[in-house]
Amino acid sequence: MGIDWESIEMAIPLLAVGAMTTLKISSLAMVIGGIGGIVLGLVSLSHWRAGRWFVRGYVDFVRGTPLLIQIFLVFFGLPVLGLRLGEFWAGTLALSFNCAGYVAEVVRGTVGSVEKGQTEAARSIGMTHGQILVYILLPQSLRPMIPALTNDLVTLVKNSSLLSVISVYELTRSGQAIIAARFVPFEIFALLAIYYYVIVSALTYASRLVERRLPSW
Amino acid sequence: MVSGSKPLLTVEGLSKSFGDRQILKSISFTVMDGETFVLIGPSGSGKTTVLRCLNRLEVPDAGDIRLGDEPVGYRLVAESHTREALSEAALARQQRQFGFVFQRFNLFPHLTALDNVAVGPHRVLGLSKAQALERAATELERVRLGAHLAKRPSQLSGGQQQRVAIARALAMRPRLILFDEPTSALDPELVHEVLDVMRALAAEGMTMIVVTHEMSFARQVANRVMVMADGLVVEEGPPERIFGEPRDARTRQFLTHVLNR
Repeated sequence: MGIDWESIEMAIPLLAVGAMTTLKISSLAMVIGGIGGIVLGLVSLSHWRAGRWFVRGYVDFVRGTPLLIQIFLVFFGLPVLGLRLGEFWAGTLALSFNCAGYVAEVVRGTVGSVEKGQTEAARSIGMTHGQILVYILLPQSLRPMIPALTNDLVTLVKNSSLLSVISVYELTRSGQAIIAARFVPFEIFALLAIYYYVIVSALTYASRLVERRLPSW
Repeated sequence: MVSGSKPLLTVEGLSKSFGDRQILKSISFTVMDGETFVLIGPSGSGKTTVLRCLNRLEVPDAGDIRLGDEPVGYRLVAESHTREALSEAALARQQRQFGFVFQRFNLFPHLTALDNVAVGPHRVLGLSKAQALERAATELERVRLGAHLAKRPSQLSGGQQQRVAIARALAMRPRLILFDEPTSALDPELVHEVLDVMRALAAEGMTMIVVTHEMSFARQVANRVMVMADGLVVEEGPPERIFGEPRDARTRQFLTHVLNR
C-alpha cells in the first residue's frame, strides 16, 4: 500500500480551488456576522426591551441548536420564503447567522464590562444610553474583544466545512469529490487538515497583528 | 451668600437609601446663583450621594430638587397636579445642566484631551465638529492645558487629567458644576493646580457645589459651607463662622480631626 504521492500531487491544486471558496465564504460570513453580531450585542445592552428579548431568543437558538441543522434550515427555508439564492449564498448566510449569535455574546460581555465611571461621565455630559454605547463603550472594547472574537472566527472557518452537506464546493467538499474518484481518503483528509491549519494559523496571526496595532489605554 | 443673587438650586427633603442603610435623611438646602457652596463632613456622611442625586446618577427615594423653576427628574402635569417621570432624552437634557467632576476624573481613555472635551458639544449639543473642537480648545486653554490638546489621558498627570475633566464639564455650558472630591485622588503636589482652576471659576461667578477635604480651599473660596454627618445637615453658614465658631459638637469634632491631621 503506502502513501499515494501521485494523488496528493494531483489533489493540491484542486484543493486550492476549494480553499479559495472556503476563504470567500468565511470572509463574507465574518463581515456579515461580525457587523450583525455587534449590532445585536449593542441591542442586548440597550434600553429597548423588545430588542433585548429578540437578541436573547436569537442567541439561545443559535447556541441551542446544531449548526448542521441551522444550515439545512437556511438552505431549505429560503426557498420556502421565495428566495432562491443558490448554495453559496445560502451557506454564507447560514454561517453569518450562526456567527452573529456568538459575536453578540462577546460584544455584550466586553462592552458591558467597561468600568462604570465611563458611563457616569458620559451621562453627566448629557449623552443618551445609545450614544454612550456607540461613542464611549464600544470603541474602548474593541481591543479586549479581539481574543474572544478570534476564537469565534476560527470556529467559523472550521465550521464552513459543514457546508459540504449542501454541496458548496468548498475545501472539504472538494476533498470528498477527489476521494470518491480515486479512493485515497487518508491522503486527502491529511491534506485537508493541513489546508485548514494554514488558513486558521494565518487568521490567528492576523488577529495578533490587529490586536497589537489597536491602541491600549 | 452672594449678594443680590437668586436661588439656582433648591433641595428639599432629599432622602436616599441603599438597601436598608439610609444614606440621606431628608436633606434640604439652597444654592444661590454664582455661589461656591462647599460640603464637608466625615466620610460616609452622604456628601457624595447628595451630588450624585442632584444629577441623577442616583435616583433619590424622596425629595424635591429644583433647578431654577424646573423640577429635576419629573414634570408636573398641570391638569391633574401629578408628577410624571421624564423620558430618557428629557432627563439627559436636564443632566447636562449639571457639570460633574469626578474624584477619579473618568476621562474617556480612547480620546485625546481635545476630543474628550469636544465629544459632548458635538454629539449632545449638536455643534459641528469644527465648532466643537474650537470650543474644546478654548476651554482647555482656560484650564491652562493649551499645550496638551493632542495627548490621551494616559499621557497626562492626575492634575492635568482633572483639569481636562473640568474643561469637559465647562464645554457643555452647565448652569452649575458639581465637584466630587476633585483633589482626593491626586498626589499632594498636584492638588494646587486643580484648586487654582476652581478658584478662577469661582471668581468668574460659576455656581459650584464642592465636596472636599481641602479645608483651606473651603475657608478661602466658599461663600457658604454645609457640614454633614450621618446623612443629616449638621449646620450651614459662611466659612468664617463654620471654621471660627462652629455651633455643633459634631462640626467641632470633625474640624479638630481634619485640621490636626
